[in-house]
Amino acid sequence: MKVRVHVSLKPGVLDPQGRAVHHALEGLGFGGVSDVRVGRSIELDVADATSDAQLKEMCEKLLANTVIENYRIERVA
Amino acid sequence: MSWRAAVITFPGSNCDRDMAVALERVSGAAPIRVWHGDADLPDRLDFIALPGGFSYGDYLRSGAMAAVSPIMRAVAAAAGRGVPVLGVCNGFQVLTEARLLPGALLRNAGQNFICRDVRLRVETTQSLFIAGYESGQEIAIPVAHHDGNYFADESTLDRLEGEGRVALRYLDECNGSRRDIAGVLNEAGNVLGMMPHPERAIDPAHGGTDGLALFQGALGALVGA
Repeated sequence: MKVRVHVSLKPGVLDPQGRAVHHALEGLGFGGVSDVRVGRSIELDVADATSDAQLKEMCEKLLANTVIENYRIERVA
Repeated sequence: MSWRAAVITFPGSNCDRDMAVALERVSGAAPIRVWHGDADLPDRLDFIALPGGFSYGDYLRSGAMAAVSPIMRAVAAAAGRGVPVLGVCNGFQVLTEARLLPGALLRNAGQNFICRDVRLRVETTQSLFIAGYESGQEIAIPVAHHDGNYFADESTLDRLEGEGRVALRYLDECNGSRRDIAGVLNEAGNVLGMMPHPERAIDPAHGGTDGLALFQGALGALVGA
């Protein structure tokens, strides 16, 4: 089973990378972009029997730092 | 007097030798070198140091992989027993990722890697790590980091300040750190994480010796100088 974990900085946590990308987009002439936040997507291939609780534990113990990041688990197929 | 100190080396650590030199300089005894894959620490340790560097190539997040390496279970257990643990730079990142210290270290606000001497104020002397300094003392120690922007939520920051756990503060804006925090203590005061490198300021040839008092103070507090 494929699982995708989306990790993003919590609202209010400064994202210097996102800000730099935002400036670069403006430099390329793309207007109308009000904000950019850079996150991370992690794809896992796991046993079909893997439970939601196990996936949550993987996220909280390693894949995301919940002090600064939110995560969302998506079962792909 | 001497002590039994250990320096942990992770794959990608690069300040472990400097840390060992500093620990030997003040005590005359070479610290025990411990590899990240070891499950156990040597017995009867007086001091544990987590050095700077780029453990595991900063994969995932700085310090995240090292925080779950086998030796960190033993480090956490030792910290829980009261053994002093010092984490410098990447070592600080590892300690926050391992939840031995609150908060997190984000990418520097200005995006740039910062490598220069910074002025710091010693904010508390309620810890053996700063026994060699006076409260309010201003010191200069180099930083060298990309992810040193200390973050914690407001209530955590208030608690840290109220409990005297902000150990060191940047005197000038450095990397975007909340409340200019450069180093924090755990609740018991036996775990210190700091971004500046005291081990790089122990010899006149380094351009300054303000880091020496950290190691001397800790040694004196632990075993009597």
